[in-house]
Amino acid sequence: MNFWIELLVSVLLVFGGLFVLVGSIGLVRLKDFYMRLHAPTKATTLGLGGILLASMVSISYQQGYMSIHELLITLFLLITAPVTAHILAKVAMHHRLKQIERTSNAHYVDRAREQRPPKDAE
Amino acid sequence: MSKDAAFRWFPMPLHSLLMLVIWLMLNGSLSLGHVLLGSLLAMVIPWLCAPLQMPQPGHFKPFRAIRYILMVLVDVVIANVQVAILVLGPEKRLKPAFVAVPLDISGALPITVLASTVTMTPGTVSADVSEDRKWLYVHVLNLEGTEEELVEQIKSRYEQGVREIFAC
Repeated sequence: MNFWIELLVSVLLVFGGLFVLVGSIGLVRLKDFYMRLHAPTKATTLGLGGILLASMVSISYQQGYMSIHELLITLFLLITAPVTAHILAKVAMHHRLKQIERTSNAHYVDRAREQRPPKDAE
Repeated sequence: MSKDAAFRWFPMPLHSLLMLVIWLMLNGSLSLGHVLLGSLLAMVIPWLCAPLQMPQPGHFKPFRAIRYILMVLVDVVIANVQVAILVLGPEKRLKPAFVAVPLDISGALPITVLASTVTMTPGTVSADVSEDRKWLYVHVLNLEGTEEELVEQIKSRYEQGVREIFAC
């Protein structure tokens, strides 16, 4: 493989790997479930994006035509990741998982788990 | 009559087309066999799924949608970097919060699009929607300004965009 292609693929892989690593570190470090939810939904999307881009460049170069499977994976990922996060957050609230004490507006959890508006209508 | 017949064969024409295109992309080929098989799937699957359809808003502006998607993609990259910095920085400094965003848009699809965008973008995850579909509950990883500022940002940046796409 051409040196520059190899360099590009390596940079993308390292970049993607770093972000996936940060997502995992977030899972370990952050203190409550809701905060942990942020790490895998965001940091991981860019990480996977980088890895998929690397795969796309490498395969396109080797086979001589555009490889578009990776674009489809990105599309499905962007559609499914928010849905998973939303359902997880919803379930967490319905089970009254504890949030750390300095979370502001914690009383919204009770309103949200009954799917009521934050204030009663006047 | 002919319109009814067309509807019976293709209850979801856009979905059928999308399914065919994705099938061809998955197989990476344009051979006759794949076009035929893809067309068959694009006919049978919508036919099976049509009863599950929910009424959607009639207007849909594709160019606005493309503009919105590009804007969100840029924001996703920024969100990733921001969250990475927050995650690696001192944990004690984070100020998590729940925020209730009043919704001015209506309809299942626009709200779903807005909630998904909120989850993908800087430091926010959508958590629930109130039963009357007027409030979106959001968890914020690090609330920097006031609650009102964040609500205003979500409303002006994303809700406005969604409203333009669906004209609702």
